[in-house]
Amino acid sequence: MFQIALIVIGIIIVLIVLISLADNLIQIEAKKTGIDTEQTNMSLWPRISSLAKAQGPSELSNFNFHKLKKGHNIKITGQATGEVVDGNVTRFAVRPTNFRGIAPIPKMMVEVGAEVKAGDPLFFDKKNPDIFYVAPVSGEVIEINRGAKRAISEVVILADKQQKYKAFDIPNLNEASRIELIEFLKTTGFLGNIIQRPFGTVADPSIDPRDIFISAFDTGPLAPDSELIINGRYSEINKGIEVLSKLTSGNVYFSCHSSQAELAKQISNAEVNIFEGPHPTGNVGIQIHHIRPIKGSDVVWTLSLKELINLGNLFNAGELKQEQIVAVGGQVQNPKYIRTFKGASIGELLNGQINSNNMRIIAGDILTGEKVEMNQYLNGYDDQITVIKEGDYYEAFGWLLPLKPRPSVSGTFPNFLFPDHEFEVDTNTHGERRAFVVTGQYEKMLPMDIYPQHLMKAILTGNIERMEGLGINELLEEDIAVAEFACSSKQPLQALLREGLDYLKEQV
Amino acid sequence: MGLLNFFKKIEPDKKKRPFLHTLFDGFFTIAYSPNSVTSNGVHVRDGMDLKRTMIHVVLAMQLCYLFGTYNVGHQHFLALGEYPGFLEGFHLKLVHGLIKLLPIFIVANVVGLAIEFYFAYKKGHGIEEGFLVSGALIPLIMPPDIPMWILALSVIFAVVIGKEAFGGTGMNIWNVALLSRVFVFFAYPTTIAGDEVWVSGFEKISAGNNPEYGWAHGLFNKLFEWADLASFNSASAIVDGFTGATPLALASKGGWGAVTDVYTTAQMWWGAIPGSIGETSKPLIIIGALILLATGIASWRIMLSMLLGAITMAWLLNAWGATPFMEVPWQYQFYMGSFFFAMAFMATDPVTASSTNTGKWIYGFLIGFIGMIVRVINPAYPEGWMLAILFLNTFAPLIDHYVIESNMKKRLQNA
Repeated sequence: MFQIALIVIGIIIVLIVLISLADNLIQIEAKKTGIDTEQTNMSLWPRISSLAKAQGPSELSNFNFHKLKKGHNIKITGQATGEVVDGNVTRFAVRPTNFRGIAPIPKMMVEVGAEVKAGDPLFFDKKNPDIFYVAPVSGEVIEINRGAKRAISEVVILADKQQKYKAFDIPNLNEASRIELIEFLKTTGFLGNIIQRPFGTVADPSIDPRDIFISAFDTGPLAPDSELIINGRYSEINKGIEVLSKLTSGNVYFSCHSSQAELAKQISNAEVNIFEGPHPTGNVGIQIHHIRPIKGSDVVWTLSLKELINLGNLFNAGELKQEQIVAVGGQVQNPKYIRTFKGASIGELLNGQINSNNMRIIAGDILTGEKVEMNQYLNGYDDQITVIKEGDYYEAFGWLLPLKPRPSVSGTFPNFLFPDHEFEVDTNTHGERRAFVVTGQYEKMLPMDIYPQHLMKAILTGNIERMEGLGINELLEEDIAVAEFACSSKQPLQALLREGLDYLKEQV
Repeated sequence: MGLLNFFKKIEPDKKKRPFLHTLFDGFFTIAYSPNSVTSNGVHVRDGMDLKRTMIHVVLAMQLCYLFGTYNVGHQHFLALGEYPGFLEGFHLKLVHGLIKLLPIFIVANVVGLAIEFYFAYKKGHGIEEGFLVSGALIPLIMPPDIPMWILALSVIFAVVIGKEAFGGTGMNIWNVALLSRVFVFFAYPTTIAGDEVWVSGFEKISAGNNPEYGWAHGLFNKLFEWADLASFNSASAIVDGFTGATPLALASKGGWGAVTDVYTTAQMWWGAIPGSIGETSKPLIIIGALILLATGIASWRIMLSMLLGAITMAWLLNAWGATPFMEVPWQYQFYMGSFFFAMAFMATDPVTASSTNTGKWIYGFLIGFIGMIVRVINPAYPEGWMLAILFLNTFAPLIDHYVIESNMKKRLQNA
């Protein structure tokens, strides 16, 4: 036994010596022929740096590459496909309740019956009277609906056939100061599109954000293809970045997926990072954590890709064209892309698409979206509608022997055998709420150096120091949505996190 | 759908009969997944819930149940010197095993579930599945001849003091199954320690003693006589030289030589040796462990680090070599005792283990490390996993605390 081990070790040593010799000869030859051995690996051994660090596609080698492994892509049926069609939606609404952080009852600037142009102010925040919230389309204000406690729930506009845009006096980017630019953005209502972290409120113009982050892709279930949103509008994107870079004393970070090489190469004025990985990799919060995490009293702004293009268009063309694409997907007749404006009517977007009455309509995706009715409207941030069946049925021994396939991260389902299967999901909870039992489950679904379960417990006990220490400032609901999906104790993580954020905001 | 309608018809009123309703709800949710739908947050939930998690742990230990039952009978007849072949006297061994195991299983589960139901009703929430696993584990870690009243007491202690006092499933600090065993261990040591207790069916293990058969054996004897099969013979006696000592007991006295005088390594590996009911067969436990690992239910970090910890300590003890037991070659330590059972089913309990991944490495390693020390150095009781796991259960929150603190420090420092 011992002799055999000696012989094996001897053979290995001889092999290593031989390979090293060959390796040296190659290096000498490479020097002779003038190949730069610093840049290209001319050795037979892999470089330690290349082993330790994930490598992106070679064409993107001059950008920072982040390969994330944690998370899970929930594959469901009904991805929108095909050409973008015109929606011909007639009713649009602005919903004050969607803008987190503004006073509950905004001051109205228009009345029912008023004619507005796209970009005309509709109301302002009583806390910040100079920040306007504007009409997405031109037309007639036909309803101002109020909800609980007389708070204004939506301002509805009947759109004109031919859109009219308010003419803005565009500041000259080369000369304008930050303050002038902010004053201009206040009047255009654009600040409401910028989300401020921590807390996920609308941007506070009195704050100079540390950095501004943009994610150019969405990894969520049935998310619209970002190529359709971009549609070759690189000049708008770059213009938008130029504007943003004037708003911060820090950097503008632009994150692309590794498949968006074309886009990454077009970007100027921003630091480009390349990401790859399952959902929630596309979430800007996850990307911030890997680029430059939010620490201490840092405040950063984030902006969606479609708003970046709208911002660029505002400065290029001088009009606030709040156009967007909506992916109508899920269990609908015909999943498709619709071109429309922000705040479009759900009923009109889903016209003829639903043939059962026991369906749930979700503005947004199945993880973070909001349950809505046909007579409601999309909020400004959404770019998809998902329709799925309600799951209000009893299932015999459903916990033990499920008959219908369902998405799961658990190895107890044979799902790993069918990695590309698209599930027809419903809203059944598949079990009852329990205390936290299983550990390590959330960590697998959140590609951040954060302990979500301990953070949740800190929130439940109201321990502020621990909440901050465990990174609550780096998180918004969307980031832990996959963990909530996977939770076998059926805990409402997003609601808990929001509770913690609200509590924290109140205290500091 | 007929069954569903039947259930809906007999559903007791929640306000008028809260206890009955709790009971009904417990059974109803086993038969049918509830029709609840997501309300806020995610709209679609993973198919995995706690019931499914727990049942997979129970499924993973079914082979241990099968083998354990049969082995109880096998050991009984080995003592009598009858049917020495493993499959000889199959029906007798199986029946004897069942006669021993079924009461243990029924008592453990009825007592445990009754407490669970009562507390669920008192707190006004649904019955939680926590006892599903504990109730399946407890029979496997008890000696086959344990008196029922001691078993019942130990289960009451474990569930009331160990779990409900802390707030129920998910809140307990110590592993419930092990707590019931440690209760027996300290309160009634003669029923769970020594050479006498691991072979069932005898008043005392000494040569010439006759087996004690009860009414159940008599009942089956009639059946066997009718079917013209061999039957239980209360006149047979324990053969000379049979001690009932487990390999570990032998090793602690005389080292590996003393063990191999009595048992072959294959016998120990496959599990045809005396011991607690479910812990003797290593391959079957490893199959269970592999099921848990493949489904991702148990933590591979804990299992691997516990194995590493035990190997490290066994090595160190080899190097020390002060007693014959320490000189047992390290790999043979794993042929004896319940290391694999503890690793697969006890240490990996997510509630009582460390909850951080780094913590799991430390936790598992220390269990392996300390458990081996207790096994080899403790003069009174040559096995250590129960005590090591309970010890580390106590320290798991502390381990997590330091892991969490370092994460927090990293974040606050760079601020």
